[in-house]
Amino acid sequence: MSYKKRLDGRRVDELRPMEAKASVIPNADGSAFFKIGKTTAYAAVYGPRELFPKFLQDPQKGLLRCHYGMMPFSGSGERIRPGNNRRSQEISLVMTKALEPMLDLSAFPNAVVDIFVDLPQTDAGTRCAAISAAAIALADAGIPMKDMVSSVAVGQVAGTVVADLMYDEEAYEGIVSDIPVAMTHNTKEITLLQMDGEISKEDLVQALELARSATEKVYEVQKQALKEKFKGVPEA
Amino acid sequence: MIDNSKTIAELAKQNQRLDGRTLHEYRQPIKIETGISWTAEGSAKVQIGSTVVLAGVKLSLEKPYNDTPNEGGITVNAELLPLSSPEYESGPPGPKAIELARVIDRGIREAKAIDMKKLCVTPGEKAWFVIIDIITINDAGNLFDAAGLAALAALRSAHYPLVDSETGAIDYKTKTKERLPIIKEPLPVTVNKISGQFLVDPTSEEEQAYDARLTISSDEKGTISALQKGGEVPLTIADVSAMIDIALEKAKFLRKELTNAVP
Amino acid sequence: MSTIVVKEKDIVIPGEVLAEGLDYLPGDNTYREADTIYSKVLGLVSILGRVVKITALAGPYVPKTGDKIIGKVTDITMNGWRVETETAYSAMLNVKDATTRFIRKEENLSELIAIGDYIVAKIVQVTSQNLIDLAMREPGLHRITSGRIIKINSQKVPRVIGKQGSMISLIKSKTNCEITVGQNGLVWLHGAPAGEWLAEKAVHLIEAKAHTEGLTDKVQQFLEENQKNEL
Repeated sequence: MSYKKRLDGRRVDELRPMEAKASVIPNADGSAFFKIGKTTAYAAVYGPRELFPKFLQDPQKGLLRCHYGMMPFSGSGERIRPGNNRRSQEISLVMTKALEPMLDLSAFPNAVVDIFVDLPQTDAGTRCAAISAAAIALADAGIPMKDMVSSVAVGQVAGTVVADLMYDEEAYEGIVSDIPVAMTHNTKEITLLQMDGEISKEDLVQALELARSATEKVYEVQKQALKEKFKGVPEA
Repeated sequence: MIDNSKTIAELAKQNQRLDGRTLHEYRQPIKIETGISWTAEGSAKVQIGSTVVLAGVKLSLEKPYNDTPNEGGITVNAELLPLSSPEYESGPPGPKAIELARVIDRGIREAKAIDMKKLCVTPGEKAWFVIIDIITINDAGNLFDAAGLAALAALRSAHYPLVDSETGAIDYKTKTKERLPIIKEPLPVTVNKISGQFLVDPTSEEEQAYDARLTISSDEKGTISALQKGGEVPLTIADVSAMIDIALEKAKFLRKELTNAVP
Repeated sequence: MSTIVVKEKDIVIPGEVLAEGLDYLPGDNTYREADTIYSKVLGLVSILGRVVKITALAGPYVPKTGDKIIGKVTDITMNGWRVETETAYSAMLNVKDATTRFIRKEENLSELIAIGDYIVAKIVQVTSQNLIDLAMREPGLHRITSGRIIKINSQKVPRVIGKQGSMISLIKSKTNCEITVGQNGLVWLHGAPAGEWLAEKAVHLIEAKAHTEGLTDKVQQFLEENQKNEL
């Protein structure tokens, strides 16, 4: 069964509607809310701050630590038991690796920058949304960054290469592959790359090419969210 | 956290607060929004000043407890997310989160706010169990009141998911039009005692400065369903009586805000 | 041929291109790669001659010798007081640097400055690991005993102080408050409660509008309008 027309009518390179806002959590040093389709994420940056336990401290530079979590009511089925699980630990790790290369924490020896991302509702693309939200929050916090990082999943659904898969596409009958990607803006270098499913090399390369324009669309939303802070829009 | 406790205590003696509010005034804005999570059966976001709290309701079908074969159940859970304040760390709920959950729970449970018998599907076999999760987004003080409003708004706006009549499987992606059997609407109001004065809706700084606090849950008729005292300083009976009066009055105010937002 | 891609007071995000070509020089909060100068932070473009820099609109405080800061005492040691600065780095105020008078060995340090007290002090040394040594021997440096402390982003401090202290003087005169701004973003306000609250609001207004023009006028207008109500 091939997949010619997308379930929600989108073109193959079209992303779901996105929304983003910076500075949404006053207690945090930087924060953001990011939405893509029905997946939403809050991100908050605290730091640089003192790092405990001390043995983790690096006298050359600050450390980045990401913490990803899904709220108990954010899964598409039953309630999710709160607390760390293997999936959230793995996502926390790849998130950190996706953002670290762009950060300059040399001015903050022995300190840590903590990023917490929690999702109230999900419909696929969760780790990508988390990374995109975190990048806005880092810029909002004034943490020095060489470039923004933008993330979205690309993939292949029963023969068609698409951008921004929804849950129903990930679960589609047939051969599916889900490829979360994060890219920097200027050089389009990849800082996150994972894949679930089956795909040929040709399709994979095609999907990564699609990721260039797809992540660019996310970048525009992130940039807008940061600049909008200063347009005299009253606080919500 | 910035510590202005001495000044807060001094100002309270003169009926004043740091932000110019009167002792019985809530911060503005107060915003209540429902339907903020499509994956939850019911959900709400409450903002009081800059405190923001989410609540989500999830329903499941379980076997009733042995001692109440004709009833469903309710549990309240609370998480003080590290993203909501520099004071919180990742990990299992600490005493503050547990107290918050239990106070909200008690207010709803003891008020018999939900008709537990109507949650029963097949006696002794299947009943609806309600779990309310309270999640903090920005803790700027007065989580009790914000969480109580959020929990109630989430319950009020919740819908049962579709149950397949043959297999009994729950289709969480399809919501029915049926709402939960809510018969009472308890709301908590927390009154703080600072320098012998009583004030409501404390900021986080005011929470560092209080001598004692009393959270009072009451319903539309003014019937009290739960009490919780906190703080190191004892309260007199006169104190408690005065604090309850304040709480009942403020509950009316909060209830009006809720009705305006979730008709 | 070099081109500058942005103009003065443009708001840019990290990674945005500022200038192409080697005629321009990368200033604060920018970096050069090959021929292009990029921004490193969210901030305002500022062009001075050939130097392009970004004035950060948010960001962590980096301690510098000579800075006046406000901190809270969290511990008393044999040698003095440990001070928390609302940054990643802790500070020490040594007994010998605390006052101009001689402090005898038997003196109870907590009677001078207790745990929980806020102080206004000056940074006299910053190590390579950003550990801070403070001193409180000059006039204008002291223990805080009344009023309130508020926190703003350290990058907004220059705007709150203003050119030659003009902004801070404006607020002081209209609210009748003593105001001390720490470079680390902590601000001490002291006056009548209503005056302190008005000053607090004015400071937060500056924080919110730090990137705009005509800020002094806006603040003046705000203070005058609210002066009638509050004081």
